[in-house]
Amino acid sequence: MSQQLIKDITAEYRKEDLPTFNSGDNVKVSVRIKEGNRERIQVFEGLVIQKQGGGVSETFTVRKVSYGIGIERTFPVHSPSIESIQVVRRGKVRRAKLHYIRGLSAKQSRIKERR
Amino acid sequence: MAKGILGTKVGMTQIFDAEGLMIPVTVVSCEPNVVLQKKTVENDGYESLQLGFKDKREKLANKAELGHFAKSNSSPKRYLKEIAGKELSNFEVGQEIRVNIFEEGEIVDVTGTSKGKGFQGNIKRHNQGRGPMAHGSRYHRRPGSMGPVDPNHVRKGKKLPGHMGVNTVTIQNLEVVKVDVDRNLLLIKGSIPGPRKGLVVVKRGVKTASIEPLDPNSFIETQEEVANQAEEAQE
Repeated sequence: MSQQLIKDITAEYRKEDLPTFNSGDNVKVSVRIKEGNRERIQVFEGLVIQKQGGGVSETFTVRKVSYGIGIERTFPVHSPSIESIQVVRRGKVRRAKLHYIRGLSAKQSRIKERR
Repeated sequence: MAKGILGTKVGMTQIFDAEGLMIPVTVVSCEPNVVLQKKTVENDGYESLQLGFKDKREKLANKAELGHFAKSNSSPKRYLKEIAGKELSNFEVGQEIRVNIFEEGEIVDVTGTSKGKGFQGNIKRHNQGRGPMAHGSRYHRRPGSMGPVDPNHVRKGKKLPGHMGVNTVTIQNLEVVKVDVDRNLLLIKGSIPGPRKGLVVVKRGVKTASIEPLDPNSFIETQEEVANQAEEAQE
Protein backbone atom coordinates (compact mmCIF):
# COMPACT_ATOMS: atom_id res chain seq x y z
CA MET A 1 0.00 0.00 0.00
CA SER A 2 2.59 2.55 1.04
CA GLN A 3 4.90 1.35 -1.73
CA GLN A 4 2.12 1.97 -4.22
CA LEU A 5 1.72 5.49 -2.82
CA ILE A 6 5.43 6.18 -3.27
CA LYS A 7 5.20 4.91 -6.84
CA ASP A 8 2.33 7.30 -7.50
CA ILE A 9 4.25 10.25 -6.06
CA THR A 10 7.36 9.60 -8.11
CA ALA A 11 5.43 8.80 -11.30
CA GLU A 12 5.56 12.42 -12.45
CA TYR A 13 9.35 12.46 -12.17
CA ARG A 14 9.82 9.34 -14.26
CA LYS A 15 10.55 9.34 -17.97
CA GLU A 16 8.45 7.08 -20.13
CA ASP A 17 10.27 7.40 -23.45
CA LEU A 18 13.47 5.62 -22.48
CA PRO A 19 15.15 3.10 -24.76
CA THR A 20 15.64 -0.36 -23.28
CA PHE A 21 19.29 -1.01 -22.65
CA ASN A 22 21.26 -3.39 -20.47
CA SER A 23 24.74 -3.97 -19.21
CA GLY A 24 27.00 -4.89 -22.09
CA ASP A 25 25.46 -2.30 -24.40
CA ASN A 26 27.32 0.72 -25.71
CA VAL A 27 25.35 3.93 -25.18
CA LYS A 28 25.64 7.63 -25.96
CA VAL A 29 24.43 9.74 -23.03
CA SER A 30 23.71 13.41 -23.73
CA VAL A 31 24.07 15.40 -20.53
CA ARG A 32 22.99 19.00 -20.03
CA ILE A 33 25.76 21.05 -18.46
CA LYS A 34 25.26 24.52 -17.03
CA GLU A 35 28.08 27.01 -17.29
CA GLY A 36 26.91 30.22 -15.70
CA ASN A 37 23.89 31.16 -17.78
CA ARG A 38 24.82 29.09 -20.79
CA GLU A 39 23.65 25.54 -21.17
CA ARG A 40 25.33 23.05 -23.44
CA ILE A 41 25.12 19.34 -24.09
CA GLN A 42 27.99 16.99 -23.51
CA VAL A 43 28.03 13.45 -24.86
CA PHE A 44 29.44 10.61 -22.81
CA GLU A 45 29.81 7.42 -24.82
CA GLY A 46 30.82 4.07 -23.42
CA LEU A 47 29.89 0.64 -22.14
CA VAL A 48 27.10 0.15 -19.60
CA ILE A 49 28.71 -1.90 -16.84
CA GLN A 50 25.84 -1.92 -14.36
CA LYS A 51 22.26 -0.92 -13.74
CA GLN A 52 21.21 -0.44 -10.16
CA GLY A 53 18.06 0.41 -8.21
CA GLY A 54 14.48 0.65 -9.34
CA GLY A 55 11.74 3.16 -9.94
CA VAL A 56 12.76 6.79 -9.94
CA SER A 57 16.01 5.93 -8.13
CA GLU A 58 17.37 3.74 -10.92
CA THR A 59 20.94 4.50 -12.01
CA PHE A 60 23.38 3.11 -14.57
CA THR A 61 27.16 3.29 -14.85
CA VAL A 62 28.94 3.94 -18.13
CA ARG A 63 32.63 3.16 -18.61
CA LYS A 64 34.86 4.48 -21.33
CA VAL A 65 38.61 4.53 -21.84
CA SER A 66 39.93 8.00 -22.55
CA TYR A 67 43.64 8.43 -23.44
CA GLY A 68 44.39 5.12 -21.77
CA ILE A 69 42.60 5.98 -18.55
CA GLY A 70 39.34 4.28 -17.64
CA ILE A 71 36.52 6.68 -16.72
CA GLU A 72 33.27 5.58 -15.13
CA ARG A 73 30.29 7.80 -14.67
CA THR A 74 27.00 6.99 -12.95
CA PHE A 75 23.79 8.64 -14.13
CA PRO A 76 20.29 8.57 -12.66
CA VAL A 77 18.12 7.16 -15.43
CA HIS A 78 15.26 9.60 -14.82
CA SER A 79 17.35 12.71 -14.18
CA PRO A 80 16.09 15.80 -16.04
CA SER A 81 19.69 16.76 -16.78
CA ILE A 82 19.97 13.77 -19.10
CA GLU A 83 18.83 14.94 -22.50
CA SER A 84 18.79 11.53 -24.18
CA ILE A 85 20.16 8.02 -24.06
CA GLN A 86 21.03 6.39 -27.37
CA VAL A 87 21.95 2.74 -27.77
CA VAL A 88 24.88 2.42 -30.18
CA ARG A 89 25.54 -1.31 -29.98
CA ARG A 90 24.00 -4.21 -28.10
CA GLY A 91 26.50 -6.51 -26.46
CA LYS A 92 26.23 -10.17 -25.57
CA VAL A 93 27.25 -10.70 -21.92
CA ARG A 94 26.46 -13.32 -19.28
CA ARG A 95 26.55 -11.05 -16.22
CA ALA A 96 24.49 -8.13 -15.00
CA LYS A 97 27.51 -6.37 -13.45
CA LEU A 98 30.59 -6.13 -15.64
CA HIS A 99 33.14 -4.96 -13.06
CA TYR A 100 35.53 -7.66 -14.29
CA ILE A 101 36.11 -5.56 -17.38
CA ARG A 102 38.17 -3.06 -15.36
CA GLY A 103 41.03 -5.47 -14.97
CA LEU A 104 41.19 -6.57 -18.58
CA SER A 105 43.28 -5.25 -21.45
CA ALA A 106 41.54 -3.53 -24.33
CA LYS A 107 41.80 -6.65 -26.48
CA GLN A 108 40.37 -8.91 -23.80
CA SER A 109 37.54 -6.57 -22.90
CA ARG A 110 35.91 -6.76 -26.32
CA ILE A 111 32.28 -7.82 -26.14
CA LYS A 112 30.52 -9.73 -28.90
CA GLU A 113 27.59 -8.04 -30.54
CA ARG A 114 24.14 -9.42 -29.89
CA ARG A 115 22.11 -10.08 -32.99
CA MET B 1 4.78 27.52 19.90
CA ALA B 2 4.14 26.82 16.32
CA LYS B 3 1.69 25.50 13.85
CA GLY B 4 1.81 21.75 13.46
CA ILE B 5 0.11 18.67 12.10
CA LEU B 6 0.12 14.96 12.94
CA GLY B 7 0.99 12.36 10.34
CA THR B 8 2.45 8.94 9.71
CA LYS B 9 5.71 8.15 7.99
CA VAL B 10 5.17 6.40 4.67
CA GLY B 11 8.75 5.85 3.56
CA MET B 12 11.60 7.43 1.68
CA THR B 13 12.21 8.05 -2.00
CA GLN B 14 13.94 10.53 -4.28
CA ILE B 15 12.67 13.32 -6.48
CA PHE B 16 14.35 15.79 -8.83
CA ASP B 17 14.26 19.55 -8.36
CA ALA B 18 14.00 22.18 -11.10
CA GLU B 19 17.76 22.16 -11.64
CA GLY B 20 17.84 18.41 -12.10
CA LEU B 21 19.39 17.66 -8.71
CA MET B 22 18.26 14.57 -6.87
CA ILE B 23 16.70 15.24 -3.46
CA PRO B 24 16.12 12.48 -0.88
CA VAL B 25 12.66 12.91 0.64
CA THR B 26 10.55 11.27 3.30
CA VAL B 27 6.86 10.99 2.56
CA VAL B 28 4.57 11.89 5.48
CA SER B 29 0.89 11.14 5.15
CA CYS B 30 -1.22 13.69 7.06
CA GLU B 31 -4.90 12.95 6.76
CA PRO B 32 -6.86 16.02 7.87
CA ASN B 33 -6.45 16.59 11.61
CA VAL B 34 -9.62 17.52 13.49
CA VAL B 35 -9.60 20.12 16.25
CA LEU B 36 -11.19 18.18 19.12
CA GLN B 37 -10.78 20.68 21.92
CA LYS B 38 -9.58 24.21 22.42
CA LYS B 39 -7.82 24.91 25.67
CA THR B 40 -8.09 28.47 26.88
CA VAL B 41 -6.39 30.55 29.56
CA GLU B 42 -9.71 31.05 31.41
CA ASN B 43 -10.54 27.36 31.48
CA ASP B 44 -7.24 25.52 31.49
CA GLY B 45 -4.58 28.12 32.32
CA TYR B 46 -2.91 27.89 28.92
CA GLU B 47 -3.76 27.99 25.25
CA SER B 48 -3.49 25.09 22.86
CA LEU B 49 -5.39 22.95 20.40
CA GLN B 50 -6.07 19.25 20.78
CA LEU B 51 -5.82 17.55 17.42
CA GLY B 52 -7.18 14.13 16.51
CA PHE B 53 -5.61 12.08 13.76
CA LYS B 54 -6.48 8.83 12.01
CA ASP B 55 -9.89 7.20 12.36
CA LYS B 56 -10.37 4.16 14.50
CA ARG B 57 -13.30 1.80 14.82
CA GLU B 58 -16.07 2.98 17.10
CA LYS B 59 -15.76 -0.30 18.98
CA LEU B 60 -12.27 0.65 20.09
CA ALA B 61 -13.40 3.83 21.80
CA ASN B 62 -14.93 3.74 25.26
CA LYS B 63 -17.95 5.72 26.34
CA ALA B 64 -16.00 8.63 27.77
CA GLU B 65 -13.97 8.96 24.59
CA LEU B 66 -17.08 8.82 22.42
CA GLY B 67 -18.53 11.68 24.44
CA HIS B 68 -15.39 13.70 23.86
CA PHE B 69 -15.45 13.05 20.11
CA ALA B 70 -19.15 13.87 19.94
CA LYS B 71 -18.43 17.41 21.17
CA SER B 72 -16.59 18.12 17.93
CA ASN B 73 -18.84 15.94 15.72
CA SER B 74 -15.81 13.87 14.81
CA SER B 75 -15.36 10.16 14.25
CA PRO B 76 -13.24 8.38 16.92
CA LYS B 77 -9.56 9.15 16.43
CA ARG B 78 -6.59 6.97 17.27
CA TYR B 79 -4.04 9.67 18.08
CA LEU B 80 -4.75 12.80 20.12
CA LYS B 81 -2.10 15.44 20.63
CA GLU B 82 -2.01 19.00 21.83
CA ILE B 83 -0.31 21.59 19.69
CA ALA B 84 0.24 25.00 21.23
CA GLY B 85 0.48 27.51 18.44
CA LYS B 86 -0.92 30.99 18.23
CA GLU B 87 -0.62 30.59 14.47
CA LEU B 88 -3.53 28.15 14.64
CA SER B 89 -5.48 29.99 17.36
CA ASN B 90 -8.32 31.01 15.05
CA PHE B 91 -9.28 27.43 14.31
CA GLU B 92 -12.45 26.34 16.09
CA VAL B 93 -13.52 22.97 17.47
CA GLY B 94 -14.58 20.60 14.69
CA GLN B 95 -12.55 22.28 11.96
CA GLU B 96 -9.94 20.40 9.98
CA ILE B 97 -6.25 21.21 9.73
CA ARG B 98 -4.69 20.12 6.47
CA VAL B 99 -1.22 19.97 4.97
CA ASN B 100 -1.75 23.35 3.31
CA ILE B 101 -0.79 25.11 6.54
CA PHE B 102 2.74 24.49 5.27
CA GLU B 103 4.32 25.92 2.14
CA GLU B 104 6.98 24.50 -0.09
CA GLY B 105 10.42 25.57 1.08
CA GLU B 106 9.35 26.07 4.69
CA ILE B 107 11.63 24.85 7.49
CA VAL B 108 10.06 22.36 9.92
CA ASP B 109 10.95 20.22 12.92
CA VAL B 110 9.79 16.60 12.92
CA THR B 111 9.24 14.63 16.13
CA GLY B 112 8.82 10.88 16.23
CA THR B 113 9.66 7.76 18.22
CA SER B 114 12.93 6.22 17.07
CA LYS B 115 13.20 2.58 16.01
CA GLY B 116 13.85 0.12 18.85
CA LYS B 117 17.29 -1.48 18.85
CA GLY B 118 16.95 -3.77 21.90
CA PHE B 119 19.77 -4.29 24.42
CA GLN B 120 22.94 -2.88 22.89
CA GLY B 121 26.56 -2.58 23.94
CA ASN B 122 28.54 0.61 24.37
CA ILE B 123 29.98 0.75 20.90
CA LYS B 124 26.61 0.97 19.20
CA ARG B 125 24.78 2.74 22.02
CA HIS B 126 27.26 5.47 22.91
CA ASN B 127 29.46 5.59 19.82
CA GLN B 128 32.51 4.37 21.74
CA GLY B 129 35.47 2.76 20.03
CA ARG B 130 36.77 -0.73 20.59
CA GLY B 131 40.09 -2.06 21.86
CA PRO B 132 42.60 -3.95 19.70
CA MET B 133 41.21 -7.29 18.55
CA ALA B 134 44.58 -9.06 18.51
CA HIS B 135 48.08 -9.10 20.09
CA GLY B 136 46.60 -10.49 23.32
CA SER B 137 44.86 -7.26 24.28
CA ARG B 138 41.95 -9.13 25.91
CA TYR B 139 39.97 -5.91 25.73
CA HIS B 140 37.63 -5.92 22.76
CA ARG B 141 34.23 -4.27 23.09
CA ARG B 142 34.00 -3.45 26.81
CA PRO B 143 32.61 -0.26 28.37
CA GLY B 144 35.82 0.84 30.16
CA SER B 145 36.80 1.45 33.76
CA MET B 146 34.24 1.30 36.58
CA GLY B 147 36.41 3.47 38.88
CA PRO B 148 38.47 0.77 40.63
CA VAL B 149 40.57 2.33 43.44
CA ASP B 150 40.37 6.09 43.70
CA PRO B 151 36.64 6.75 43.54
CA ASN B 152 36.02 3.10 44.46
CA HIS B 153 32.53 3.31 42.99
CA VAL B 154 30.94 3.71 39.60
CA ARG B 155 30.67 7.39 38.69
CA LYS B 156 27.21 8.73 38.09
CA GLY B 157 26.28 8.83 34.42
CA LYS B 158 28.79 6.13 33.48
CA LYS B 159 27.98 4.99 29.96
CA LEU B 160 26.99 1.33 30.05
CA PRO B 161 25.17 -1.15 27.82
CA GLY B 162 21.41 -1.18 27.95
CA HIS B 163 18.23 -0.61 26.05
CA MET B 164 18.59 1.51 22.95
CA GLY B 165 16.01 3.19 20.74
CA VAL B 166 12.29 3.90 21.27
CA ASN B 167 13.14 7.45 22.31
CA THR B 168 11.30 10.59 21.38
CA VAL B 169 13.56 12.20 18.81
CA THR B 170 13.18 15.59 17.15
CA ILE B 171 15.05 16.47 14.00
CA GLN B 172 15.22 20.19 13.41
CA ASN B 173 15.51 22.34 10.31
CA LEU B 174 14.15 20.00 7.67
CA GLU B 175 12.83 21.50 4.48
CA VAL B 176 9.34 20.91 3.12
CA VAL B 177 10.03 20.05 -0.50
CA LYS B 178 6.48 19.53 -1.64
CA VAL B 179 2.93 19.84 -0.31
CA ASP B 180 0.43 17.52 -1.96
CA VAL B 181 -3.01 18.75 -0.89
CA ASP B 182 -4.95 16.21 -2.95
CA ARG B 183 -3.25 13.21 -1.41
CA ASN B 184 -2.67 14.90 2.01
CA LEU B 185 1.07 14.38 1.78
CA LEU B 186 4.14 16.28 2.86
CA LEU B 187 7.49 15.54 1.23
CA ILE B 188 10.24 16.45 3.69
CA LYS B 189 13.88 16.60 2.71
CA GLY B 190 16.04 14.01 4.47
CA SER B 191 15.17 11.31 6.95
CA ILE B 192 12.83 11.51 9.94
CA PRO B 193 12.73 9.40 13.12
CA GLY B 194 10.78 6.20 13.53
CA PRO B 195 9.58 3.20 11.56
CA ARG B 196 7.17 3.28 8.65
CA LYS B 197 3.58 3.87 9.81
CA GLY B 198 5.02 5.55 12.93
CA LEU B 199 3.31 8.66 14.28
CA VAL B 200 5.20 11.90 13.66
CA VAL B 201 4.49 15.52 14.50
CA VAL B 202 5.52 18.09 11.91
CA LYS B 203 5.90 21.59 13.36
CA ARG B 204 7.20 24.90 12.10
CA GLY B 205 10.92 24.96 12.90
CA VAL B 206 11.72 26.61 16.24
CA LYS B 207 14.96 27.98 14.82
CA THR B 208 13.37 29.67 11.83
CA ALA B 209 13.61 33.44 11.88
CA SER B 210 10.68 34.94 13.72
CA ILE B 211 7.64 34.41 11.55
CA GLU B 212 4.85 36.95 11.47
CA PRO B 213 1.86 35.39 13.18
CA LEU B 214 0.05 33.94 10.19
CA ASP B 215 -3.59 34.73 9.62
CA PRO B 216 -5.30 31.40 10.18
CA ASN B 217 -8.44 32.73 8.46
CA SER B 218 -6.71 32.36 5.17
CA PHE B 219 -6.22 28.66 5.82
CA ILE B 220 -9.86 28.29 6.77
CA GLU B 221 -10.78 30.03 3.54
CA THR B 222 -8.56 27.77 1.54
CA GLN B 223 -10.29 24.84 3.17
CA GLU B 224 -13.63 26.19 1.99
CA GLU B 225 -12.16 26.74 -1.43
CA VAL B 226 -11.00 23.14 -1.45
CA ALA B 227 -14.50 22.05 -0.49
CA ASN B 228 -15.99 24.25 -3.21
CA GLN B 229 -13.61 22.83 -5.75
CA ALA B 230 -14.55 19.33 -4.70
CA GLU B 231 -18.23 20.19 -5.13
CA GLU B 232 -17.57 21.67 -8.53
CA ALA B 233 -15.65 18.60 -9.52
CA GLN B 234 -18.60 16.46 -8.48
CA GLU B 235 -21.00 18.59 -10.50
